Amino acid sequence: MAVIKKFLYVNRKAPHGSIFALESLEVVLIGAAFDQEVALAFIDDGVYQLMRNQDTSGIGTKNFSATYKALGDYDISKIYVEKESLDLRGLSKDNLMPLTWEDEDDDWAEKDSIQVVSSTELAEIIDNQDVIFNF
Amino acid sequence: MKFGIMVSAGPYTHQASDTAYHFTEAALKNGHEIVRVFFYHDGVNNGTSLGVPPQDDRNITTRWSALAEKYDLDMVLCVAAAQRRGLLDEDEAKRAGKDVSNMAAGFNISGLGQLIDAGIQADRLLVFGD
Amino acid sequence: MTTLHIINKSPFEKNSLDTCLRLAKQGSAILLIEDGIYAAQKNTAVGDKLAAAAATHSLYALAPDLDARGIGKDEIIDGISLVDYDGFVQLTTQTSGVQSWL
Repeated sequence: MAVIKKFLYVNRKAPHGSIFALESLEVVLIGAAFDQEVALAFIDDGVYQLMRNQDTSGIGTKNFSATYKALGDYDISKIYVEKESLDLRGLSKDNLMPLTWEDEDDDWAEKDSIQVVSSTELAEIIDNQDVIFNF
Repeated sequence: MKFGIMVSAGPYTHQASDTAYHFTEAALKNGHEIVRVFFYHDGVNNGTSLGVPPQDDRNITTRWSALAEKYDLDMVLCVAAAQRRGLLDEDEAKRAGKDVSNMAAGFNISGLGQLIDAGIQADRLLVFGD
Repeated sequence: MTTLHIINKSPFEKNSLDTCLRLAKQGSAILLIEDGIYAAQKNTAVGDKLAAAAATHSLYALAPDLDARGIGKDEIIDGISLVDYDGFVQLTTQTSGVQSWL
């Protein structure tokens, strides 16, 4: 019987000012092949990774923001965004890219992957994980 | 208990590699098992064979190499992160058309799957970073 | 068993202490290492936060990191237990998962 663990990828840094957002995504994509129970958390400046309309052509770096939209294709349906982190930054879910996944148990209905959660809810989620990566 | 160790910062610039080393050594001395030490982000720089730190300071790279030899540790540099930062073993160097390789003893290049695998195999996965 | 939260940065450099205190479930353990140990010192601006956290979490600091930074054992907030690297390892075996707030 294959081991299935709860993997949480915690992202707390903004994109483009450092490589952590990109290299975190690279782990997530490789990890998707291992059939574990995966969730992503965006906390503090990590919430900026999900903002709409990112255009890196002026700074000459790779624009990997479209990759978040592909997460649903990798069966990633649990993307937690901390409400307090959004509030501090004057953001709401409307500022974020609409990320979705298709639920095969519900006739492939397209559903929201992003869940805006309170600190209390996220604390509970973190406490229930087996493996936590931080980038 | 089995541990997976992730080192996300390079040598000297941050204390992370030192802390990871002392933790790993303590775990081994206390009879625990290290599934793998996986170096990611700038952590791959811990694996350079070209470091010449001052004589009166610890040599972070050779210290890891010695620990790996003593305890037969699996130490992995992520291939993608290593390529980005210019850490190449002989095969990678040949493939990339470079005339030098710079991988220190005891370090191996492999894919991110080894990090995920460490998370699955270990009882605890610890991240040491900046 | 619950999570071991590790903080390695000074509370005056990064927001990791604040974020950890917000997201560390009550009853979990918090370990200060590297520059994170400055939060353990008495009479800082974050002293009240740590003292409050001591009531709901188990607090620890890595002694070698205090020594390195010239902070004496008598200079740290009540309610913070000191551990060495062996103790650090032991803490990870007594908790169920590890979260590093970098």
